[in-house]
Amino acid sequence: MHIEPFIRKSGIIAALPSANIDTDVIMPKTFLKGIDRSGLKKGVFHDFRFDADGSPRPGFVLNKAPWNKAEFLVTGANFGCGSSREHAVWGLRQIGISAIIAPSFAGIFYDNCAKNGLLAITLPADKTAALVETARKGKPVTIDLLARVITAPDFSFDFDIPERRRQMLLSGLDAIGATLEMRRDIEAFQARYLEERPWLAWSER
Amino acid sequence: MIQRTLYDKLVDSHTVRKLDEAGNEVLLYIDRTVLNEYTSPQAFSGLREAGRKVFRPQAALGVVDHVNSTRPAIRKAQSLENRDRQISYFGENCRDFDIELFDLLHPNQGIEHVVMTELGLVLPGMVFAAGDSHTTTYGAFGSLGFGIGTSDIEHYLATQTLAYTRLRTMLITVNGPLSVGNTAKDIIMAVIRRIGADGATGFAIEFAGSTIRQLSMEGRMTICNMAVECGARGAIVAPDDRTFEYLSALPRSPSGSLWDTAVSNWQTLSSDPGAPFDKTVEIDAADIEPMVTWGTSPDQAIPVTQAIPALDSFQGAEERNHAERALAYMGLRPGMHMTSIRIDWAFIGSCTNARLEDLRSASSVLKGRKVADGVRAIVVPGSSEVSRQAEAEGIARIFMDAGFEWRQSGCSMCLAMNDDIVPAGERCASSTNRNFEGRQGFNSRTHLMSPAMVAAAAVCGHICDIRDMEPGSAY
Ligand code: SF4
Repeated sequence: MHIEPFIRKSGIIAALPSANIDTDVIMPKTFLKGIDRSGLKKGVFHDFRFDADGSPRPGFVLNKAPWNKAEFLVTGANFGCGSSREHAVWGLRQIGISAIIAPSFAGIFYDNCAKNGLLAITLPADKTAALVETARKGKPVTIDLLARVITAPDFSFDFDIPERRRQMLLSGLDAIGATLEMRRDIEAFQARYLEERPWLAWSER
Repeated sequence: MIQRTLYDKLVDSHTVRKLDEAGNEVLLYIDRTVLNEYTSPQAFSGLREAGRKVFRPQAALGVVDHVNSTRPAIRKAQSLENRDRQISYFGENCRDFDIELFDLLHPNQGIEHVVMTELGLVLPGMVFAAGDSHTTTYGAFGSLGFGIGTSDIEHYLATQTLAYTRLRTMLITVNGPLSVGNTAKDIIMAVIRRIGADGATGFAIEFAGSTIRQLSMEGRMTICNMAVECGARGAIVAPDDRTFEYLSALPRSPSGSLWDTAVSNWQTLSSDPGAPFDKTVEIDAADIEPMVTWGTSPDQAIPVTQAIPALDSFQGAEERNHAERALAYMGLRPGMHMTSIRIDWAFIGSCTNARLEDLRSASSVLKGRKVADGVRAIVVPGSSEVSRQAEAEGIARIFMDAGFEWRQSGCSMCLAMNDDIVPAGERCASSTNRNFEGRQGFNSRTHLMSPAMVAAAAVCGHICDIRDMEPGSAY
């Protein structure tokens, strides 16, 4: 799959500061009926964005200018908890979100982000709080993955990110292709592993 | 020698090679997966587009469970006419890539995690990754199981491996006898309440202690299953004689001399004495009471004897806002007693609590009793096998006599992707694992609890304390 690399981007940041925003909320089940990745824009935060009758809720941040054009999100802790559904990440990418900053992310969601060119940045709560303020003022920020710096009008923060993940995002790397280059290692491992555990093959069909 | 935890041993024994110098990131060999119809289609499409094959088709099983109806007539039509795109594409994928499939009419169909464990496809020492967060269930057998997204399903299918980052380790010890009325569900709900919905984010948990040892395999599965609700991506109980005894009766467990070889290997699977954990938590079983959630996050739970906490009791503005918002969604107020909350629906199902033991415990509450007026009660067995056993034991009859609908197996109202939906504004006592906003339907309200507590609530028409009910007599 082709992934757009993330090197350096600037844009509006929207704040969703609640903790434990789960993937059922990010992408409700009604939108999970497809067999491809497309068509998920409408589903993102659907029950926050729309009333029961389908009209937009004017109070929700992503329905208001300038945040309706947000490129980044700053959220509360444990963002993306719950269901493993990658549809949550696909949908966020489809509405134009390319980075999310939070005090912590749920593990599956965090891994899903990297696979889709969505930069997930973990920062301590006092720093995310400062970004929430910037977001509320509608000011833009710049995220530089090469330099690992987030720059807002009033401050800038360095951030850490695992190096392999950074390289993947910078290059838009095909993860499966990279692993298949280690095919010989995998085959050798598997042969030895299964030989040492003969009962495993027994339970296979 | 370095003392290693069981988690470390599982990761080490599955490391194909390091991906960074420190060995923090490794190429991890995965033994087996289970696939469902809703998180796998894009993975197969990816393989098709790139012209890639499945590395080891015999190490995967396909089970239809998430979107199917549990009503017999609809389900039959759904299967025969292939009306559902996800179900028909799933069948096509399993056929084309030579993966064993339990379709809707297959006698072994059921919720993926229940099916895997009841067949004996989950054995100690193995590593599982699957496109469902509750893959943590498999840790009950002394294996490592964790959920992955669709891109990683594709990666697994094409390579039999995943690029894996080692987790930190947490030891949760629960000691002492569990008092009457409490179940494994109450233990894990108490754990989640104690450490928070992100308390184990970035961690693999090992559960230990006399309480865990005394639990049945079903109970251990409930605990490992729901450990993901506090963020754990791996929850392990070291295997013991109870594990081996349970496995020895399962259809696909090894037998004969292979069984003996396997058991002697499995007996080595435990953390070394004094192995270092990054975090430890100790819980006294005597402090555990039947638990119920009041909010929209699994950590918003209290013992059923208590009242909803005052807003001032929450630390920090964010926690307080979170609670306030949750209560508004749930239509509840601080200070209300849990037992005063009326319910409209009772649901017993899901990979957390719909195994035979769960149905037995709920039916023992229902025997000779009736579901209260105004409550719609549904039971969805964890698998077709569970269903057959429950019918043979007479449990199904007890449910039906009490006024429960007896359904066919699937995820059903656990995530409401099929036609079982709690209508907006209505309230459900549920044996499931997630009380998120909209989880059981748009604007639906969920209270998580043990299956016995759901049965009790169905009879009372409101949340009630199971300990106030005599087992099996009229209320
Ligand atoms: S029963 Fe619920 S939690 Fe379990 S696999 Fe199905 S949807 Fe997921």
